[in-house]
Amino acid sequence: MPVVERSARRWLRSTVAVFLKDWRSELRTRYAISALGMFVVTTLSMIMFSLAGETPSLEVLAGMLWVVIFFAAMSGLSRTFVTEEERGTSMTLQLQAPPSAVYFGKLLFNLVLGAGLTLLTVVLYAVFITGFVVTSYGVFAAAIVLGSIGLSAASTIIAAIIARANTKGTLYPVLSFPILLPVLMTAIRATRMACEGTTWTDAGGEFQVLISYIVVVVTASYMLFEYIWKD
Amino acid sequence: MVWRILLGILLTLVIIAAFAFPIVPAPTSLFEFPLIPGLEEKARIIFFHVPTAWLSVMAFFTGMFYGIRYLRKRDIRDDLRSSAAAGLGLMFCILATVTGMIWAKFNWGSFWNWDPRETSIFVLLLIYGAYFALRSAVEVEEKRATLSAVYSIIAAVTVPFFVFIMPRIMTGLHPGAAGDPEGAGPVIEFKMSGGMRMVFFTSLFAFTLLYIWMFTLRVRAALLEYHHQSKG
Amino acid sequence: MALRVRGDSLRHAFNRKVIFRDVSFDVTARRSLMVAGRNGAGKSTLIKILCGVLSPTAGTVTIDADDTGDSFAVQRRIGLVAPYLQVYEEFSALENLHMSMTLRGAVPEDARARQLLERVALDPNRTDPVRGFSSGMKQRLKYAMALIHRPPVLVLDEPMSNLDADGIAIVRGIMQEHLQEGIVVVATNDRSDLAAPDMEVDLNARR
Repeated sequence: MPVVERSARRWLRSTVAVFLKDWRSELRTRYAISALGMFVVTTLSMIMFSLAGETPSLEVLAGMLWVVIFFAAMSGLSRTFVTEEERGTSMTLQLQAPPSAVYFGKLLFNLVLGAGLTLLTVVLYAVFITGFVVTSYGVFAAAIVLGSIGLSAASTIIAAIIARANTKGTLYPVLSFPILLPVLMTAIRATRMACEGTTWTDAGGEFQVLISYIVVVVTASYMLFEYIWKD
Repeated sequence: MVWRILLGILLTLVIIAAFAFPIVPAPTSLFEFPLIPGLEEKARIIFFHVPTAWLSVMAFFTGMFYGIRYLRKRDIRDDLRSSAAAGLGLMFCILATVTGMIWAKFNWGSFWNWDPRETSIFVLLLIYGAYFALRSAVEVEEKRATLSAVYSIIAAVTVPFFVFIMPRIMTGLHPGAAGDPEGAGPVIEFKMSGGMRMVFFTSLFAFTLLYIWMFTLRVRAALLEYHHQSKG
Repeated sequence: MALRVRGDSLRHAFNRKVIFRDVSFDVTARRSLMVAGRNGAGKSTLIKILCGVLSPTAGTVTIDADDTGDSFAVQRRIGLVAPYLQVYEEFSALENLHMSMTLRGAVPEDARARQLLERVALDPNRTDPVRGFSSGMKQRLKYAMALIHRPPVLVLDEPMSNLDADGIAIVRGIMQEHLQEGIVVVATNDRSDLAAPDMEVDLNARR
């Protein structure tokens, strides 16, 4: 077998192994899943309390959906790196897998976690928040999916950074928010468009922004990850 | 030394010209500014507001440049340069925000309107804040240098969406934004007279020189402190 | 390519303090290297640099080994046992070993894992979560983890910590066996850990 092909396969196996390690560990401890789930439930019930039966405009509702998603993500998406640091296993991992495999494995883990979190939020939101009506389902699905991917992608590299800093928890939203603003604002606009019934062609610009954001963030993270990961 | 005196003279001239040149409907000489509908006397802010905004962006990229150099060469002095630039950037960013807010109060009626350019400068301000929060949270110097360099690069590749692209494509209140009844595009190209343009570019040039001077001073101070501490 | 580990004028500074400078060594196959020095002299720092998980402030570490220098080269060449190196405690000993193989991009070999667990006398506990292990058992598991991928270079920081007499005997056996073909690097305060090192780096003299 040619060397290149063999090492590509090894790399892929390693990346999947990083993902599976985190996934199994998460299933055993349920730390991030329960934190994320409880966060979504708590925030949504608070929103419902404060709305007190009123129905705000679609603009406000579309924005609030992403507020819930953002803060829930901030409560759980840093776990994948922070636990390694807390348990002292990051060096173990460094000695076993190349940095790129670690990055993509953990990115995959956060993408799955982020997708689950967004899905949960959207479902609960649709069920419990009256007045939240989606007209263009395709546009809505694309906004949610791309927004979720962008959110997880940027959160992953910031998580890698804060895991190395001393104050892990408090710094995470502070560092993430400015980086995430382009995604959040675009996703909020696209969601609003979906509620208002905008067609694909009209929302195309938002999706272009989201897709290019994802490409840029993942590429930059991949190139910079080794510097953060190595002591 | 000579250039610093020249810089002083240049800045004085800019300040005098910016405030003293009359604004007339049809400027005939270099010493008159045109009357721009909707801006009138308030147009004079452009000579100070725009250079500070420009410098806050430039300082950001200077900081990133030295951050990249640190990652390549691992010379801690590059990190000192990087944080010196960021410190100046934060200052100019605050100045641009405050001058913009004051102008907005008189032109648009309130201090803050979430105009796309206001959003841009706000995001830049947040990034500077986050950058310094990160720096203060890491005690080991080398790690602090690496992490803040990486953060500034990540910010630099994502945020131009805001600072450069979005204000141009989005409708806004800001002069020169899409939706401006006078037409979209850089204000300098279509609204300024020759005299106004001259003062504007002189101001931009003088402020840039001022920035370079402040930057080299800060770097020199930081390096002196560094060498002093390394010896002691 | 003949197995060889070289350190060339290594220097490490940390928060403007020099930990050590001018550290050089050159070890070839079937030889052992002892890294000695007081607490805080930088033994663990040098070990981390040697293993490629920490970049030195100046100088280079070169490892010549008989493999293709792909992206896994560093991960394949070094087996490390150190007090600051932890295993995943929510998994069992066997799972940790399997994960270690797949993380290196290899297909897990159960026989190899079992064989090593027997070597470090942990086979009866192989399916228990590591969380419940005693510190001596964890230390023995770290040896299995370090050897699972057949690394040519075995690096041991405080090799005997937490071990009882039986454990020490096992580790001595492992070191001896490894010196048949590979390189052993030991960082310690206790000279009895490595009876007759072929080479020594004394970090006390390298401030």
